[in-house]
Amino acid sequence: MVEQRFDAIVVGAGPSGNAAAYTLAKEGLNVLQLERGEYAGSKNVQGAILYSDALEKLIPNFREDAPLERHVIEQRLWMLDDASYTGMHYRSEEFNEEKPNRYTIIRAQFDKWFSQKVRDAGATVLYETTVKELIRNTSGKVIGVQTDREDGAVMADVVILAEGVNGLVGQRSGLRDELKPDTVALAVKEMHFLPRDVIESRFNLKGDEGVVIEAMGSVTLGMTGTAFLYTNEESISVGIGCLVSDFTEKREAPYELLERFKSHPAIAPLLAGSEVKEYAAHLIPEGGYNAIPSLFGDGWLMVGDAGHFVNAVHREGSNLAMTTGRVAAETVVRLHRMRKEMTKANLAEYQERLEKTFVLKDMRKYRKIPAFLHGNKETLFGLYPRLLSKAAQTWFRVDGLDKKAKEKAIVSSFRQARTLRGMIGDAFKLARAWR
Amino acid sequence: MSTETDSVKVEEKLYYNRYVVDAGRPHVKIRPHEVPSQALLALTKICPAGCYALNDKGQVEVTPDGCMECGTCRIVCADTHDIEWNYPRGGFGVLFKFG
Repeated sequence: MVEQRFDAIVVGAGPSGNAAAYTLAKEGLNVLQLERGEYAGSKNVQGAILYSDALEKLIPNFREDAPLERHVIEQRLWMLDDASYTGMHYRSEEFNEEKPNRYTIIRAQFDKWFSQKVRDAGATVLYETTVKELIRNTSGKVIGVQTDREDGAVMADVVILAEGVNGLVGQRSGLRDELKPDTVALAVKEMHFLPRDVIESRFNLKGDEGVVIEAMGSVTLGMTGTAFLYTNEESISVGIGCLVSDFTEKREAPYELLERFKSHPAIAPLLAGSEVKEYAAHLIPEGGYNAIPSLFGDGWLMVGDAGHFVNAVHREGSNLAMTTGRVAAETVVRLHRMRKEMTKANLAEYQERLEKTFVLKDMRKYRKIPAFLHGNKETLFGLYPRLLSKAAQTWFRVDGLDKKAKEKAIVSSFRQARTLRGMIGDAFKLARAWR
Repeated sequence: MSTETDSVKVEEKLYYNRYVVDAGRPHVKIRPHEVPSQALLALTKICPAGCYALNDKGQVEVTPDGCMECGTCRIVCADTHDIEWNYPRGGFGVLFKFG
């Protein structure tokens, strides 16, 4: 093992860990980053969308050599029932800008690139190294980590836990509670390969333009969850995820749910003829603001998915990960420069800094949403998509029935299924949770 | 579910993936039991890699070779303590090419 003492150790080489290690190394700190995979990204799974802003704050010219797939010019939100979808599409030529706002990426490739930037900045990165536990001194301050290498103890002034949602180190060290089944979603995903001209004609794209589809409805069988389809350069990422508690209660197999989504009449033609090259599963922290654990203590900080930083409403995660990683590192850099100790009191500055960013503002804004979604899953993910679809069909089918009778039929179908009071109540609850 | 989707073989999906199996050192173990808990039984259905199955004695067994290390089983069995879950040793386990 490395016989050395470091200014900081970063556990994990995903977006939050890389953002932290990069920031620390660039500012001249002596950084060790530990990753249990063979390469950065080999254990990581994401949809995946990259939001430019968070990365730009770290690496302004990332577009020059980062492995980006397509920039997103069109977003579709679909409510599915078994035979139909009711959708909202937003497509704008203005997303074909010089510095696009969002890209689809392939995480294993992106993380490898990011990891190279971290090494170029001067950090020591050890792959194939699993951190087993934190090392503390007699007063309980974290002073290093124990790895699974021979003589695998390594010391540092501060440890940044960027170990992801499945964060055993923080949990076993008592820094955070075990995840609860109703605060994490289990998502499964496949990579479907198609020639790029086929993707471009199917999705009405030219060049590197991309489309994102987020779908909800009967495809999750009444469970709290969403499905997605993202266009990459020569592949399509397709996946679906629901709360672990719902899977457990319903005893549904995630891969069967994925097959169901793929065979939906709205999705199947988009994937036809593709070659599948990978099947992945991963947890997504979906508990929102109320599930965020303590983020700092004596000698340690927590960032990214390990800190439960996912905005489930807007499907944002990697940008929160990179921002928390960067802000944690900036805190450490400042303390280091001022020769201040990495105590709990001093590291509290991390949380104070985060409060000023979009991260904690957004997380706090939606703090009531997870409970709302979970508590109303049957109506939100089953009933309403079906009613909406039925209403649209009544409206668009020309069958000799007069329009007033059609309106009446639509209104009565809603009122029979959910009563006026029920609908007003749902709208009120949503508005209150959204505020 | 329709019969069409019921016939999905998760084993076939796992063939797409790359694994470095740490032979003889499974990273997930089940505590010996006579009668499985409801949590363990749920895993035979919800594990995304199909690692859990009932044997002919009615006990739940795990074969973690195809495990994607998502952690679902650990969370579902957190209260029942049915499972001992660790990361595979560094470099072992699933290796996503795309992720």
